[in-house]
Amino acid sequence: MPWLADLVFILVVVIDLFLLASSRLGAAIRTVAIQGALLGTLPLLLLEERHSLGHALVLAVGALAIKGLFIPWLMFRAIREASIRREMEPIVGFVPSMVLGGAGVALAFAFSGGLPIPNGAGHPYLVPAALSTVWCGLLLIVSRKKAVNQVLGFLVLENGVFVFGLLLSDFMPIMVEAGVLLDLFAAVFVMGIVMFHINREFSSLDTEKLSALRD
Amino acid sequence: MTLRTLFHLALLLALPPLLVGIVNRTKAIVAGRRGPPLLQAYFDLAKLLRKGAVYSRTTSWVFRAGPVLGLAAIASAGLLLSMGGAPSLVAFGGDFVLFAYLLGLARFVTALAALDTGSPFEGMGAAREVTFASLAEPAMFLCLLVLARATGSLSLTGMLGPALPGAWGHSAPALVLAAIGLFVVALAENSRIPVDDPNTHLELTMIHEVMVLDHGGPDLAFILYGASMKLFLFGAILSRLVFGHGEGALAAELLFLAGILAFAVGIGLVESSMARLRMIRVPQLLVGASVLSAFALVLLLR
Repeated sequence: MPWLADLVFILVVVIDLFLLASSRLGAAIRTVAIQGALLGTLPLLLLEERHSLGHALVLAVGALAIKGLFIPWLMFRAIREASIRREMEPIVGFVPSMVLGGAGVALAFAFSGGLPIPNGAGHPYLVPAALSTVWCGLLLIVSRKKAVNQVLGFLVLENGVFVFGLLLSDFMPIMVEAGVLLDLFAAVFVMGIVMFHINREFSSLDTEKLSALRD
Repeated sequence: MTLRTLFHLALLLALPPLLVGIVNRTKAIVAGRRGPPLLQAYFDLAKLLRKGAVYSRTTSWVFRAGPVLGLAAIASAGLLLSMGGAPSLVAFGGDFVLFAYLLGLARFVTALAALDTGSPFEGMGAAREVTFASLAEPAMFLCLLVLARATGSLSLTGMLGPALPGAWGHSAPALVLAAIGLFVVALAENSRIPVDDPNTHLELTMIHEVMVLDHGGPDLAFILYGASMKLFLFGAILSRLVFGHGEGALAAELLFLAGILAFAVGIGLVESSMARLRMIRVPQLLVGASVLSAFALVLLLR
């Protein structure tokens, strides 16, 4: 079913654009969870004869459990404890960041065909979708003030890396992939603790306040 | 001119008020009310046409010409539109530009008539309407360009014609994105709920309804009829785009009518399930629609 993989890639990119436009943190977290779950289906959809089913299955279930369920749960806990609902004043406004994201996506789709990928580009949408997801994640990290949104940006960025990693899933041993997922998990865990401390110190999750720190 | 074209012309003239009735009935059912009769819009039009019009002394001929020109422009746009895959009455390469700008002309004369009353309130409404329209226009053109690219034709007859079902085979993702973008544009252009509430008469939030406050009698009837016809035009494009898979003329016609019905019900459902967006969020929605359709175009161009 090649069109199903098409659909998943398109949805992943549309979710990137939606995240750039959304100011409600709850909706953004839920959307990142959906993106994680969609990515979980990709190893199975892109499965070919020469790959091992077990490998793909472990990758899919791992991605679904960590990206789709566990991390969103952590994030929801974080916004509940900090009792914030929305990003009010991003550094780059919602409309400009959406336009920037759209431009990045257009460039990714227009020029990724020229990239020299050593072992074939796999699915035609794979590389552009990965590049646009990385770009949108980066944009989220630099253009938002609230720590929750920056963590979400990091997750989106990592989702892009995950998509790109699917290209190499022939060569990558399962331990490496498990390590990557574990890394992500640990990073979000640490960020959760950091967010908790920022919130306790300043009673807000605004990272701008960190720049006013003195010894 | 074939029988089918005549049938479509009759549809274009007769069906639009019914569409408004279906939207209102859907909203009523979802809200648990019985709602006005399906044909209420026809009764309203008949009532308004029997009334006389009152003109303020400060208005000029611009105010009187506005409703007539608006309705004429929308009806001429309808002549360019192919329905159910059949060729339209008038077709030439690039007629989709004329289509978009005939709708633009209708908006322009309505805004002029509103400014002509000299009321600051109507001027505010005109400013809002034109602002949002300028954001909806790129999205609409991008959607039409996607259709043009997918079917390899530059006229609406070709874009919505027999090549369209084939285009679903090789560029389905782009067409889905374009359909979503076009639906958002249809909501904005017809001042439906996420953008504007057709029922509200609250000064601070009104957009389209403000501009027609000073019209009465036959003039108001023309404006209401023109607005419903515009809704029908967008419904016709979307219906053909989404439900355009019928084999043979009869099946295509039935699917087309079913698609328009589904469009009206869909608008009713959106209106019942969403709140109006705050005014500053509307550009975000429209830019989002533009970005989606630009993405669709990029998918086709690569």
